[in-house]
Amino acid sequence: MTVGEKVKKYLWIFIKYFSMVFFSFISLLPIVSCVITAFKTETEYQNTNVMTPPESWLNFSNFTEAFSRAHMGRAFLNSAIVVVVVVVGSVLIGSMIAYVLNRFKFPGNGLIRSLFLFATLLPGIAMQVSTYQLMYQIGFINHMYGYIILMMGTDVMSIYIFIQFFENISTSLDESAYMDGASYFTIFFRILFPLLKPAIVTCMILKGVGVYNEYYSANLYLVDQKLKTVAISLYTFTGPLGSKYNLICAGVIITLLPALIIFILFQKQIYSGLTAGAVKG
Amino acid sequence: MAAATANQSRKPFNFAKWAKSRKGQQALIIIGFSIIPLVLLFTFTYYPFAEMAKFSFYDRNYTKVRGFVGLKNYIDVFNRPDIFKSLFLSLYYMGGAVVQLALALYLATIFCFGVKGGNFFKGCMFFPYLINGIAIGFIFKFFYTRGFVFDTVLQWIGFDLEDLPFWLRDTSINNISLVGTSVWKYFGQNMVLFVGAMMSVDATLYEAADLDGANKWQQFKYIMLPSIKTIVMLNLIMAITGSLSAFEPPFVIMSGGGNGTATYFVKMHEVAHTSQKLGLASAMAIVLLLIIFVATILQKLFFKYVFKDAEDEDKGAAARREKKLAKSR
Repeated sequence: MTVGEKVKKYLWIFIKYFSMVFFSFISLLPIVSCVITAFKTETEYQNTNVMTPPESWLNFSNFTEAFSRAHMGRAFLNSAIVVVVVVVGSVLIGSMIAYVLNRFKFPGNGLIRSLFLFATLLPGIAMQVSTYQLMYQIGFINHMYGYIILMMGTDVMSIYIFIQFFENISTSLDESAYMDGASYFTIFFRILFPLLKPAIVTCMILKGVGVYNEYYSANLYLVDQKLKTVAISLYTFTGPLGSKYNLICAGVIITLLPALIIFILFQKQIYSGLTAGAVKG
Repeated sequence: MAAATANQSRKPFNFAKWAKSRKGQQALIIIGFSIIPLVLLFTFTYYPFAEMAKFSFYDRNYTKVRGFVGLKNYIDVFNRPDIFKSLFLSLYYMGGAVVQLALALYLATIFCFGVKGGNFFKGCMFFPYLINGIAIGFIFKFFYTRGFVFDTVLQWIGFDLEDLPFWLRDTSINNISLVGTSVWKYFGQNMVLFVGAMMSVDATLYEAADLDGANKWQQFKYIMLPSIKTIVMLNLIMAITGSLSAFEPPFVIMSGGGNGTATYFVKMHEVAHTSQKLGLASAMAIVLLLIIFVATILQKLFFKYVFKDAEDEDKGAAARREKKLAKSR
């Protein structure tokens, strides 16, 4: 290696790691500053710079106060109910329609696919004007089941992930099971559904995180304090509490934790699920 | 169903028998499995869509219809300066989208050449994508507050607090601050998509290229870029249509778009839920949908054209390379 090549090589290594560290720093900075502030007492927060580490990393008083002020115990229970029901519902609905669309040729197959595809082009928030009217008319506002059904009804991504997955499962499997006398219902639930496991895990995680983080519809349709989910429980900190950032940051960190834990446990599935969902076009 | 009626006309229809036949089983499973998703799709997507189209011709709020007004709502969309101006804010978000994709592409390339601790770095950059919108709102209100996180870090690298603007209050900069938060949230996610596409290339290709003496830039240009062209274009299309409907940053950080940061969607939310002018809000939604459709079609055409063009160019380049190789032998 000549000197020039050596310089080039080390320069490349430097650029490489500098970029990595720099952009990781940018990604983490807003979150880390929140963590720092969440551990500070009221006087400490007012008298020190936001980036100065707290005196004690064991001062959890902000967390407990934020938890009780925002009624987060109840909110976590609500979020858990919503996430579990919506995730189970979407997996069942999504895999069933994907099975029908992938395995059977029937008039209307293409039309149904196009209807789902077209639905992705309609931006959800634009439609809230009339969706709200509809929810109002059928009495779904301020009921958990109303919000849950709404969340299940607007899920196209998992249908795509399942269709893609079905394409890689040979139809000869269905065929031989049918010859052995299994009904299509049995074929789906006994043979294919278990094979879908990786796709199911991916959908559950992506959908679960998505529903856990959903705030726009939750805020419109779950008005009652008893119905609030974790994402919107943070709204407690607007108004008079709006400048108590040590409290707010603690609240924010509490709401991040479930997503962080899921992310650390299921990194691979999340990445592959996103990639699978993205090439739907 | 067609099969069922045909059977019926020929001989007395025996449902139990039909349900056991292969055709019958298929029909039943098709109907049984698709009825719920279709009912949900129509109830929560197509019915509201049709209603919205109807609303746009009326003057009404949530409970009372004040009358049919024809195209007045549509004319208002273009005549009210505050609404029309809000559409221009999407240019900021488009700029942000381009920066975000370029950054994602750059970082994805680095990942593909191999980085020690790559998973950790990737995780750090991706995680913001999983944070809920309201939390992001609070995080960045805090981040941009005068003398707080962002100002402190800028002071570390030598800026004077006196020279720094109020990131969220100063109307000449606050939209850029908001776009920054959107780039912060999404660049990691884009990067993961690109890495996924790049990794789908057979790894032996890189080894072969290395052995043949191709440098990193050539590897990027001739192996990586062609393999991810489709996904980059797709993301570009989504980013541009997405920037027209930018909503989250001003809604959550500026508590509904104060200080001249109200994008089109935020304005629409305000018109619908604060002023309760349902007709006008619906017209706004329809106008935006039309713009998005036109943009999508134009981009698809452009995409087709560029894609074809790029392939031709590749062939030409390949031919030139072959020639060069032949000469050098």
